[in-house]
Amino acid sequence: MAIGSWILGTGGGGDPYFSLLEARQHLAAGKRARIIDPLSLPDEALVACVGQMGAPLVKQERLVDGPVIASTITMMEEYLDRRFDAVMLWEIGGNNGFQAVLSGMLLDMPIVDCDAMGRAFPQADMTTFSICELTSYPWTMVDIRRNRMIFVEAEDWSWMERMTRKACTVLGSSAATCKAPRTGAEVKSSTCLHTLSQALRIGRTVKAARVVHADPVAAVVEGEGGRVLFRGKIADVLRRTTEGWLRGTVEIDGLDGDEGRRLRIAFQNEFAVAWMDDTVVATVPDLICLMDTASGDAIGTETVRYGQRVTVIALPAPAILTSERGLKKVGPRAFGYDLDFRSVFSQPAFLEATA
Amino acid sequence: MMRIGIDVGGTNTDAVIVDGGAVIHAVKNPTTADVMSGILASLGQVLGEAAVPASGIGAVMIGTTHFTNAVVQRRDVSPVAAVRIGLPATATLPPFVDWPADLSALIRGPVHMLRGGYEVDGRELVPFDRTGMRAAARAIAESGVTAVGVSSVFSPLNPDIEREAGEILHEECPGISVTLSHELGRIGLLARENVTLLNAALVAMARHTVGAFAEALAQAGIAAPLFITQNDGTVVAADEAAAFPVRSFASGPTNSLRGAAFLSGLENAVVVDVGGTTTDVGNLVRGFPREANNVVEVGGVRTLFRMPDLLSIGLGGGTLCDPADPRAVGPRSVGFRLPERALVFGGPDLTATDIAVAAGLLDIGDRRRVAGLDAAYVAAAMVRMRVMLAEAVDRMKTDATPVPLVAVGGGAFLIPDDLPGVSEVIRVPHAAVANAVGAAIAQVSGEVDQIFTDIERATAVATAQTRAKAHAVRAGAAKGSVKLVEMEDIPLAYLPGNSLRVRVRVVGDVRL
Repeated sequence: MAIGSWILGTGGGGDPYFSLLEARQHLAAGKRARIIDPLSLPDEALVACVGQMGAPLVKQERLVDGPVIASTITMMEEYLDRRFDAVMLWEIGGNNGFQAVLSGMLLDMPIVDCDAMGRAFPQADMTTFSICELTSYPWTMVDIRRNRMIFVEAEDWSWMERMTRKACTVLGSSAATCKAPRTGAEVKSSTCLHTLSQALRIGRTVKAARVVHADPVAAVVEGEGGRVLFRGKIADVLRRTTEGWLRGTVEIDGLDGDEGRRLRIAFQNEFAVAWMDDTVVATVPDLICLMDTASGDAIGTETVRYGQRVTVIALPAPAILTSERGLKKVGPRAFGYDLDFRSVFSQPAFLEATA
Repeated sequence: MMRIGIDVGGTNTDAVIVDGGAVIHAVKNPTTADVMSGILASLGQVLGEAAVPASGIGAVMIGTTHFTNAVVQRRDVSPVAAVRIGLPATATLPPFVDWPADLSALIRGPVHMLRGGYEVDGRELVPFDRTGMRAAARAIAESGVTAVGVSSVFSPLNPDIEREAGEILHEECPGISVTLSHELGRIGLLARENVTLLNAALVAMARHTVGAFAEALAQAGIAAPLFITQNDGTVVAADEAAAFPVRSFASGPTNSLRGAAFLSGLENAVVVDVGGTTTDVGNLVRGFPREANNVVEVGGVRTLFRMPDLLSIGLGGGTLCDPADPRAVGPRSVGFRLPERALVFGGPDLTATDIAVAAGLLDIGDRRRVAGLDAAYVAAAMVRMRVMLAEAVDRMKTDATPVPLVAVGGGAFLIPDDLPGVSEVIRVPHAAVANAVGAAIAQVSGEVDQIFTDIERATAVATAQTRAKAHAVRAGAAKGSVKLVEMEDIPLAYLPGNSLRVRVRVVGDVRL
């Protein structure tokens, strides 16, 4: 799961390694992760949705904290005066998928095999819940210190994002949150289904390729119906931590078949838009993943550095994200780029040129 | 001025004298348990045979795998105390959390986790628990450990708390050796802390080893300064190396690759170093080792080092061959006992060296002792070794274009002249002592770590690079040879204006 969710993180969401370490400790202590199919949920079931907010760079130093994320659920139960039946993932990509797993292990709560992004995104209004116009409140937010907040109501997802982001920045660009509770019916109709299984599958693909010394990047591309965009070496990285996000650009000089060309990728926690020599070749919501050419491990926006040899691949986004209303929330314009979304997977001319 | 390069390996201590662009003389002696007498023997022999007076030596550069081997082989490491300042953050993943159990059992001493550290924007996470720190220091003093590693959340942005903790430890634990994490690493608490604890565990051994190096030089009558080679192929003064042994972890492979570049004159090539037990395959790119992308583990511990990307396979001169099955080559080896164990040396074991002698690749020892080997068996074993090497070379190549291969190491005779994907196998004089040659030609570095305010990023980075190059040239680097090896900039949002911390490291060849 750590390998797969890191790849689905498209550079963001943070390296799941620390969560993996904590999950192993819980496993050794006899705690178990029970994963259930969202389609098996009764319509009236009450499902918690948890995630960690903030800049991935901060987690490199502050690590993870399962008990704190689990406490956001308990706090929400106290506020609602009702117990949850299960916990789902807010974001499969990166470290966040594990937050539901750690919470489920600690609270002995079933973990639902779905999430609200199908990848990683930097903002709360870039979710299937926002796309489907479900209510955005209430949220609970807990800090490693004794700072606890409840966001009782918000005008819409954008306001919830703005308010919680400010609070998160005050807390040091890292905070644990339990998002607006969902019913079983909402989970079945308004999430990306079976994405936890997808992360597990991708992880197994990479590991199997490594065992037989096959190309793990090629194996993932084949297994998930993706495309290789570019092979090269990192030439420059520009990073800025602003408003609780990590923003910047990565410049990659081509190697092998891409020698002489340069790929530039802009990121806001996650990779958002890629240009090949000034031509746009991929944008959100398609998944733009930077992978270590040799090992097949994902490389994050906070760990990418000069000199690394990388392969950039695109994976298809869940249909709900590429729908007309989906693109309003998670298309290139939502990230501030005046571009129309043209999926990597519907551009035959480009595909032939790079085949 | 001539220089001596020494490689203190697990099996042999090699010494070379290099003058300008030429290797004057090279010798090989067994490594001794006390380290010193092996170096002394090699120094005496190389100076004597080359008829060079000790006063003619300008510098001695020593590369050693001792520190890495100590971790890998779980020996000569000291128990250490760990102090982590970062609570209430980081609580669930304490120091040593991702260490292999056997290494942790040897090194893990008292662990103290205290409140403190910084936020990404420079504010305090919580006030530093100074009272707790003093109590922890007293407990560490009572525990009797002689070394401690201190790590603190966001110390690469602000080292003040770690420095204060270090002062308290020195006050309460007289004579203790303290490693502070900001001296060794960058952002990434767990990996930085791992390196800090490994360093603390090796300091006593490193002091002893480097002391033995200096003693050997003194006894050989050499007054020239002693340098120790580092992971990146540069050198530092001996006392600094003794304080930071982890910085020399990868110097063995780095020296081997740099030595191969020097001896062959090639900038881009695959380098295959065949030792007694293993073969290391690496890549030279523009004269430097290609570095591994992934997280580098040392003895099973995750670190944040940049190290040469190497593939090791179990094939060397001492590799055992099964007389019943020519395909069963290795991975077990007689290692440094080759001179007593191999058939050609009168021993009982069939080794890769015996196969090479029987195949006529090499003429050492007593050839008659392998004359009875079945020719078909010898041919099949040679094919097997060729396949092992070909696979390793292929896995390390970045594309299909044939590349030159430089064969080095004492077992280089095992490398056939034709391998798939290889344009030419280059055999160089002194190939058996490439590591020592790499040490002798080690480079000088220049580093700048500076905060720039209200300057464009491009200007700040360019200024830092210019200054780092000037530092390297002042330290003895030849102007045209200085190259950028590391560059990192971290925005410091907590400082007024638009502040940027820029860290640049350049290296260059020593002016000759």
